[in-house]
Amino acid sequence: MSRRQLERGAALRGVVGPDGIRPLAAAAAADADCHILHIDMDAFFASVEQLRHPETRGRPVIVGGTGARGVVSSANYLARGFGVHSAMPMVRALRLCPDAVVFPPDGAAYRRASEAVMDILRSVTPEVEKLSTDEAFLDVSGAQRRLGSPVRIAELIRHRVRQEQQLTCSVGVAATKFVAKLASTHCKPDGLLLVPTEHVTAFLHPLPVGALWGVGEKAEQSLTRLGLRTVGDVAGVSPETLRHELGHALGGRLAELAWGRDDRQVATATPDKSVGAEETFPRDVDDVEVIHREILRLSEKVARRLRASGQVGRTVVVKLRRADFTTITRSRTLGEHTDVAREINAVARELYAAAGLERVRLRLVGVRVEGIADAATAPRQPTLDEPETGWREAERVMDQVARRFGAGAILPAALVNRDDADV
Amino acid sequence: MKFRVERDVLADAVAWTARTLPVRPSVPVLAGMLLDAGEHDGQHRLKLSSFDYEVSAQVSVEIDVEEPGTTLVSGRLLAEITRNLPPQTVEISTDGAKVVVACGSAKFTLLTLPVEDYPTLPDMPQLTGSVGSDAFAAAVSQVAVAAGRDDTLPMLTGVRVEIEGETVTLASTDRYRLAVRELTWKPENPELSAVALVPAKTLADTAKSLTTGAEVSIALSAGKTAEGMIGFSGGGRRTTTRLLDGDFPKYRALLPDTFNSVAEVQKSEFIEAVKRVSLVAERNTPLRLAFSDGQLVLEAGTGDEAQAVEVLEAGLEGDDIQIAFNSAFLLDGLNAIDSDIARLQFTTSTKPAIITGKPAEDGADADYRYLIMPVRLSS
Repeated sequence: MSRRQLERGAALRGVVGPDGIRPLAAAAAADADCHILHIDMDAFFASVEQLRHPETRGRPVIVGGTGARGVVSSANYLARGFGVHSAMPMVRALRLCPDAVVFPPDGAAYRRASEAVMDILRSVTPEVEKLSTDEAFLDVSGAQRRLGSPVRIAELIRHRVRQEQQLTCSVGVAATKFVAKLASTHCKPDGLLLVPTEHVTAFLHPLPVGALWGVGEKAEQSLTRLGLRTVGDVAGVSPETLRHELGHALGGRLAELAWGRDDRQVATATPDKSVGAEETFPRDVDDVEVIHREILRLSEKVARRLRASGQVGRTVVVKLRRADFTTITRSRTLGEHTDVAREINAVARELYAAAGLERVRLRLVGVRVEGIADAATAPRQPTLDEPETGWREAERVMDQVARRFGAGAILPAALVNRDDADV
Repeated sequence: MKFRVERDVLADAVAWTARTLPVRPSVPVLAGMLLDAGEHDGQHRLKLSSFDYEVSAQVSVEIDVEEPGTTLVSGRLLAEITRNLPPQTVEISTDGAKVVVACGSAKFTLLTLPVEDYPTLPDMPQLTGSVGSDAFAAAVSQVAVAAGRDDTLPMLTGVRVEIEGETVTLASTDRYRLAVRELTWKPENPELSAVALVPAKTLADTAKSLTTGAEVSIALSAGKTAEGMIGFSGGGRRTTTRLLDGDFPKYRALLPDTFNSVAEVQKSEFIEAVKRVSLVAERNTPLRLAFSDGQLVLEAGTGDEAQAVEVLEAGLEGDDIQIAFNSAFLLDGLNAIDSDIARLQFTTSTKPAIITGKPAEDGADADYRYLIMPVRLSS
């Protein structure tokens, strides 16, 4: 059961009652203990593109890779009407919806829009847990006195996102993260749904088991085998049985979730555990030169992100996926933390060489830095002969140039696209 | 082949030769130890040899030869056996393709390896000079501590040996610290000027194992013609090792000559305190030192974790200074100096500091200097 099957596909503003969803007006004081909000941007990438390209209004829009192996990352609701959904191969999406306007993803634009939305959320409360570029949990228990009830705050957020960013979002309001997230999915797009605590089970139990957090394809099969198709079915089974069938951790968790119990807190700043980037080639590559260039490009990207977030890392990991999808990773821990692309690239290249895949056709390469620490507090052991200014400083200057003139303005010479005029 | 030798003499010689046996021999015969019994220089002697194409070792001991001959047996096994023999006369003889080791009531029969496949040991280069064996071993161990262990930077895994007439300068660095030691020796040619980069681990092991004789003779292959090699001999033992290639950093320029602060601390107290305080320093977190008039405060750990602090008496001339070091690097330096009082010279908290022993007389230069790069606490 995937999320899109849970979506109704039409805007909804309501509150869950004992016998279905009622208009919000009936919600007086029912939201008192529903202090968790889940905010989910609607068709986020596609909406940002439509904003930038007003001529696409009223047309199906798809954002995704346009190469032979491109996949859909986002589609607006018009395109979804044709059966297009994210993670679908682009070739198939265009067969379903040949009239769609397709945009290649523009990560920088989406990040800017995402940050603007997150800024709105953070102005409501500092208790913001960003899940991804287009999703966040808020705990508004501290903001109620200042801004009103959770439903009022949800309305305020929706209003401000629409007014200030010309984007729509859906908000789920509940006492737990699990139910709030289901609620936002349920009222998409441009909706708001409150699930009062007393009606949580009425809301949950008719849903298919796939709605439970942690139930993927495999767990769903196990549950179906037991004759459990809805959340209500799961709620009716003893926790012991679930643990026995699904393992201790998952079984125990589902027994709780099926009754709407979820004690996860909104975690404001989960520090990154690693920073990485990877690239799937349009066609499998066995040219060492091309792979070296890609490793350099990814190392530059990772180092830039480390520096931008004020972080340093100690372990360099290289991921190599062969044409037949078998994947190997190799890692090395450095003596020192780093945020310097030149150092990351040198290690990544050695790891690639040592992996013995230099003539092998690769589908994907990835570079990742783990062992993350705060650059401001991580002690650094310089070498005796280290100049006062070195590559670290040179790369910081590159960051400044890129901020002013755009990401491609300054690159290592190996990454510059040469044209025929160059000698 | 048949000869007799006292167990202790044999066990020592075999153990020394076995040190250089390769752990994973590239060809099976290199796991062998060559036994050559016969008349050498008019005496009955047994020569034991091992070689792995990098390092060769040969020792010669006095024996009773009944029947001269040469054989090759597993070096590890022979070392194990001789170490465990009773303290009596050992008789070793060949019996067809086997070697029989008999001692008291114990008897071992070993398989042999083909002698004809064993490589010829390199000749010792021409004698270059000699030095007292204890002084040499001490100097080498002071310097080798700073050598790198990362084989991807081979030139840093060596000790640079610079010979200028009667002065030998040893230096090594892993880029984070640098150890330099000067000593005098007796060159064959007082005009000699030469440099060599010797693998640090081999050099340290060799220098330590040659203290059985009073002097160590050093033989450095001359010129660029022959493959770079250095040989050491003393007390009936000789060993050669291939030199490392690559450019050693120009380290003299790194040694500062002016300082803003000079501190003196009792060495043994300092070492104990560093060990104690750094117990709370997790991997890669530094030890912080604050020198002010009359005292040194050592601290490690931060507010998020365990912390430790200790105060020692310390003399200070010049400016107060706060500086942080990797505690393992600091300990290596303090342990290497040969004085009861450690002298630390600083310019600033971001520039290398020098650790020396306090010279016996004021104004004299220390013959051992340990340069250490401080850790930067935040960028």
